[in-house]
Amino acid sequence: MKALENLLDKIKPSFEKGGKFEKFYPVYDALETFAFVPDHTTSKGAHIRDAIDLKRTMFMVIVAMVPALLFGIYNTGYQHFTALGMDASFGEMVGFGLWKVLPLIIVSYGVGLGVEFIFCIIKGHAINEGFLVSGMLIPLIMPMDIPLWMVAVATAFAVLIGKEVFGGTGMNIVNVALTARAFLFFAYPTKMSGNKVWVNTDGGTAVDGYTGETLLSQAIEQGAAFTDITGKLYGSIDDSFMASFLGFIPGSIGETSTLAILIGAVILLATGIASWRIILSGLIGGAVMGLIFNFIGPAYFPDNLYLQVPWWHQLVMGGFMFGVVFMATDPVTAAQTERGKIIYGFLIGLLAILIRVVNPAYPEGIMMAILFMNVMAPTIDHYVVQANINKRLKRLKTA
Amino acid sequence: MSTEVAEKEVVKEAVPKEPLFSAKNKRLLTDPLNDDNPITVQVLGICSALAITVQVQQAVVMSLSVLFVMLFGNMIISMLRNTIPSRIRIIVQLVVVASLVILVNELLKAFLPDISEKLSVFVGLIITNCIIMGRFEAYAMGNKVFPSALDGIGNAIGYAWILVAVAVVREIFGSGAISFPGLGQVKFIPQSFFEAGYMNNNLMILPPMALITVGVIIWIQRSKNKKLIEEN
Repeated sequence: MKALENLLDKIKPSFEKGGKFEKFYPVYDALETFAFVPDHTTSKGAHIRDAIDLKRTMFMVIVAMVPALLFGIYNTGYQHFTALGMDASFGEMVGFGLWKVLPLIIVSYGVGLGVEFIFCIIKGHAINEGFLVSGMLIPLIMPMDIPLWMVAVATAFAVLIGKEVFGGTGMNIVNVALTARAFLFFAYPTKMSGNKVWVNTDGGTAVDGYTGETLLSQAIEQGAAFTDITGKLYGSIDDSFMASFLGFIPGSIGETSTLAILIGAVILLATGIASWRIILSGLIGGAVMGLIFNFIGPAYFPDNLYLQVPWWHQLVMGGFMFGVVFMATDPVTAAQTERGKIIYGFLIGLLAILIRVVNPAYPEGIMMAILFMNVMAPTIDHYVVQANINKRLKRLKTA
Repeated sequence: MSTEVAEKEVVKEAVPKEPLFSAKNKRLLTDPLNDDNPITVQVLGICSALAITVQVQQAVVMSLSVLFVMLFGNMIISMLRNTIPSRIRIIVQLVVVASLVILVNELLKAFLPDISEKLSVFVGLIITNCIIMGRFEAYAMGNKVFPSALDGIGNAIGYAWILVAVAVVREIFGSGAISFPGLGQVKFIPQSFFEAGYMNNNLMILPPMALITVGVIIWIQRSKNKKLIEEN
């Protein structure tokens, strides 16, 4: 560490004003503050000092995503070999997963940071570290077989249109990683949805009965009678719940294992980075909508089996959990007031299940729900603040 | 009406006659192309820019229709400007636009039935195109016939180039080829790309991408054009 510090100090003068690489100061600044706690001091006004700055915050989120990432890598291999009916060791599965997932991560970071660096050099801003998290989220919400150039295009689009046009990190209206996913979802639907994209079956023939359907698309036709990847019916609803809770189901890379995501959630909550209000109310929102469907389903819409999927099973399917824990809690795009956060999280959960069940064209309701609520968050905040003002005005009048 | 125009000219006889293409008149033509573009600066007529820019053909035909309506509409309103009671002027303007639009619509149906079908209601909706009513109100109601005609042409061309630019981007990335009447589809993205795994971008065909494309044009324009940079 000392050697790195010395090196950075030595080359500092050539990046400062008047130096040889003056234009590239943002790059230098980013590297220096990434490695060491910056020595910047505030020049005016009073500020609250906190050791945990933006880079440290972002880093904690990445740490929280690691369990989901590791399980995603393993599951990619697991699904591949199970679909082909081949026996494979743990190492082979992880190896296959790494071979599929690592390029996605590299492309996502390479393109995203590239766009951000170019932007900051042109505009002379400090490079912000906002992309550190988005760059990890983007591969985690992709199907593992997505062509790399699509990831590159989507990442560039998301960083430019989703973030930089609004003024960079901290100013974006919608979640950057979800912008990338929504872009791909609408631009290249054949690579982002359907039954062919979730499991890689190259290099062999899939076993009999293999369909490659996620639980979300199975539920549209057969309700809660889920089958596993080889087309075998789960013994009971508890079995399919357990499989989805642990994550042995097809899906986007990081979204399958509820358990891994919950470990991440604990890290986020323990460090105080994510808002427990959003996560909790999101889960409650999803559960409430699931319960409503469970009640009205058998009575009014006996043909629609999706409505009869138990509410607790809804919560572990698809990207619901991943969205609620990692995307909805993005502090930039979420509601800012405490009461607003509860409303915001609740509506995300509610809408996610509603969209997923009612509109089979959008099996991944959580993406739409979060993007929609991102847009609505300032409105929620406005009314929460207004309500508070009105309450206090009333108190003033009676006093 | 004609007598009134004549009277006005008699009154103005004392003023030295303005040359036909004076600097002021030229600016009527050139301003709407950049500094005062109806779409990117005045932000009028956005709806049609989103709806009919999937194909370049449609955009061109739409632009020509708007050019026709703007030119004659501006001229007619300008001729009538002193006889229109101001309290009912919007209705009079609407009657003028509506008759011109019906004319255009019938012409398109007669000679370009295919494109007319694709443009469907959007030709009829030229009536509500904000650029047209906006120019009537802002310019034709208060200016002479010739400058009004120039203003109409200028704004229609300003509208047209944005429309065509957006359509070119959307058709190339959305369909990989641009279809020209008579030539059929001209490929802009080589077949080898598709074989290597390239795919057409479906989002380009959806209206949101038109909005984003217009946004990017506005972004580029504002960063290049010093006059449009807002201070805050």
